Amino acid sequence: MERIPILRMGNLLLVTIQVDMHDKLALTLQDDLTAKIADLGAKGVLIDISSLEIVDSFIGRTLANIASMARVLDAQTVVVGMQPAVAITLVELGMSLPGIRTALNVESGMEYLQQTTSPDLSEEADVDRED
Amino acid sequence: MRKPTWIVKTEKLPIKDPNDVVIARQRVRVWALDLKLSLVDQTKIVTAASELARNTLEHGGGGEMEISEVTDGIRRGVRLAFSDHGPGIPDIKLALSDGYTSKQGMGLGLGGSKRLMNDFTIETEVGKGTLITATRWK
Repeated sequence: MERIPILRMGNLLLVTIQVDMHDKLALTLQDDLTAKIADLGAKGVLIDISSLEIVDSFIGRTLANIASMARVLDAQTVVVGMQPAVAITLVELGMSLPGIRTALNVESGMEYLQQTTSPDLSEEADVDRED
Repeated sequence: MRKPTWIVKTEKLPIKDPNDVVIARQRVRVWALDLKLSLVDQTKIVTAASELARNTLEHGGGGEMEISEVTDGIRRGVRLAFSDHGPGIPDIKLALSDGYTSKQGMGLGLGGSKRLMNDFTIETEVGKGTLITATRWK
């Protein structure tokens, strides 16, 4: 079965979506990621969507679900690399992806995850998320 | 009053399974590129196509999409027509409102697609089916 690979780096999981996902593939990714977070005790998930030419409501909802499920499993999610045209379209579609942490690129996404998932700073990071 | 529209060329695609939704958006992308729509406009029309194709599949029980290049004599555009023989939409106003969903979606499919396109019409009859026509002009 077709799958999107999930890479592990320390206590972080990295995913790069490089294919035009059909709905089932998006759901498989959601299941695989939540299983991996639980199995490995991962603290952070970075999803790179820079290759995605569109994000429709289904993909948007899947990303939001992944972020919520990860949070329940004590992991932070950051979605990085959204193309400007995709951002414009998403907002016009009516989705501003509330509850999803985003970053412009992989580098700043990693920086965010490393800050929020390092043990001594995690409490402070939780407070930061309020604003 | 709406100006008359002429069809330059047209293509029909089945929307019978989830993979057809992927093919539908790829074909719409090709047509949008052919017409040299801007990247943002391409993204909008492809996203709308994805939403509407999924509606046709999930709510209409499958159907087809017709992509056309159209012109009103001044402008050119891409027109998408989604037809199904499903249950129809009992309350169009409600179906177009954000947050309304009859299934597990986010309820942005119809209203959101309407915002992404320039012209948008719904013809539907309960028990007979639905035809949604949406055009993005260059």
